[in-house]
Amino acid sequence: MKQFSYRHNKESELMTQMEAEEAVSMPEDELFSFADFNAADAEKTGLSNYSYWHSTIQAFLKKKGAVVLLVLLAVLLIFTFIQPYLPNQYDPNLIINDPGGMQYRNILPGERFILGTNSIGQDLWARIWAGTRTSLLIGLSVALAEALIGITVGVIWGYVRKVEILLTEVYNIIDNIPNTIILILVSYILRPGVRTLIFAMCLTGWIQMARFIRNQILIIRDRDYNVASRCLGTPAVKIIIKNLLPYLVSVIMLRMALTIPVAIGNEVFITYIGLGLPVSTPSLGNLINEGRALITSAALRYQLVYPTIIVSFVTISFYMVGNAFADAADPKNHV
Amino acid sequence: MVNYLVKRIGRSLLTLVLILTIVFCLLRLMPVEGYFPNFEKMTPEQIQIGLDEMGLNDPLPVQLVRFFKDLLQGNLGVSRIYRANVLVVDILADKMPLSLKLGSLSMLLSLLVGLPLGALMARYRLRFFDKLGTLFIVCIQAVPAAVYFLFIQLYGTRLLDVGLLFKADDPLYWVLPAISMSLSNIAFYGMWLRRYMVDESNKDYVRLAKAKGISEGDVLFKHVFRNAFVPLAQYIPTAFLNTVIGSIYIESLYSIPGMGGLLVTVIKKHDNTMVQGIVLLYACVGVMGLLLGDLMMVMLDPRISLSGKEGDR
Repeated sequence: MKQFSYRHNKESELMTQMEAEEAVSMPEDELFSFADFNAADAEKTGLSNYSYWHSTIQAFLKKKGAVVLLVLLAVLLIFTFIQPYLPNQYDPNLIINDPGGMQYRNILPGERFILGTNSIGQDLWARIWAGTRTSLLIGLSVALAEALIGITVGVIWGYVRKVEILLTEVYNIIDNIPNTIILILVSYILRPGVRTLIFAMCLTGWIQMARFIRNQILIIRDRDYNVASRCLGTPAVKIIIKNLLPYLVSVIMLRMALTIPVAIGNEVFITYIGLGLPVSTPSLGNLINEGRALITSAALRYQLVYPTIIVSFVTISFYMVGNAFADAADPKNHV
Repeated sequence: MVNYLVKRIGRSLLTLVLILTIVFCLLRLMPVEGYFPNFEKMTPEQIQIGLDEMGLNDPLPVQLVRFFKDLLQGNLGVSRIYRANVLVVDILADKMPLSLKLGSLSMLLSLLVGLPLGALMARYRLRFFDKLGTLFIVCIQAVPAAVYFLFIQLYGTRLLDVGLLFKADDPLYWVLPAISMSLSNIAFYGMWLRRYMVDESNKDYVRLAKAKGISEGDVLFKHVFRNAFVPLAQYIPTAFLNTVIGSIYIESLYSIPGMGGLLVTVIKKHDNTMVQGIVLLYACVGVMGLLLGDLMMVMLDPRISLSGKEGDR
């Protein structure tokens, strides 16, 4: 756990608090007494019991809306994993036939099929949960990979002077090509699949993260406390991990949380233009695409509406939770 | 000024050449079936002869030099599958005007709505209008575009009583695609203009203007807005890019016979030369957009030094 020392604020707060307590509890003639010098006690002063993560969680828990959304998201994620093991579930790719051998096509939501079936007789309920699982997996992996690569490169970029020119040129080139074009090109060249999609999205995403981290590091790397640290001979790695990165936790978390909706949206888009996942791998993009094909028929619109509800819920939740967490993780909002 | 211009344009050109090279080399990795309309029926010998004719069996550097030579003459190759043996340039020239028209229309719309939105949100900060605007911006940013485009198409067409597919002659059919394409930019302008205006309104010159007794509205729109707009101007070309990218989805959704819809079609048909041509064109638009953005910043704000950091804020 990282310890931030907010000596000035915390100490003075502590002092006033102590004074107030003493004034109440002690009779006046006992207020003043000679203090013995105690080496152990002398060490204690000024250390606050401030814990960064504790305060962050405290601040986050105060935002009821975000907490509710986070819980719902967690429930959703867990449910996508336990759903296949519940009783009476169909395989998402199984084409279900009636006793006469005909497929159950476009059955409206009802008792047997909770959310109905699609145009070739697959159970929409099972497909939606399998799709949510795939899409969340893509979103989370992209966010994680981008953060890892982005932070590493960004720290080097900001801290090591020699690579500055090289990385800036790389950035200029990548930044000049529209992201969507890279995404389309890579998915066009490689085989469609979950890995291709994750790879294609990471290919452009990391550089934005790296650029961002680099800018932040440039701003804070020469502040007095870092200069002091360097003068005292702290190795660069330790300065980066102990002084610089904790400062950036809130913004990194925010960017990660915002990457997930973008990644899910990109998957929907790439699948729509025919470069996404094969139909045998249900994803929210696939489902929306299937539903879109039936857009002209009002009765079958449920096949479009259910996946979009899930997509919208997931993306909005990540957006809100990310923002709330970023606020909570900012030490300026703690004291 | 001239010095800066030359440097900046030179850099853009260099980037462009690099991008073209990378894209060209990457597309050589594609399976060759994207060059033949009836690949399944051909024997291996026929395929080899075909490849030789197209020069695809030459070493990569030779192909690259030839590609750039052709490019300088405005030749992007020949479509093989989408419309066999028609020049890519001719096909694109056919489709381009419609896309540009739609793009410009939605840009205009997003500026005309987005800027007032941001300004009014800053004016009525923390009041009802601001909260309403924030809600709108959050929704637009959080919900994937692919989803709300669909619903605009679904309910908008019914509301306007138009068909699902596009007709270029009827102005009513332009409304929904233009609105869909401008929404994300409206949110973008609204959010950032509000941010910049709020930041700006704590500055000394604003306080002085207020102290002189100028009305709140006048200060905000005559003084603050102009200063807050400068950093935003840099993003206008980028926003134009987003519009262009958005067009890929929108155009194919409404079956608009433009560039974006074309890209989706040729991707589905695996026509390699067409994909290459369109991707290159989009990359060019991207580079040009950023170049224009930087130049615009320099022209709008005399305070930005030219020799320094390239109009970087």
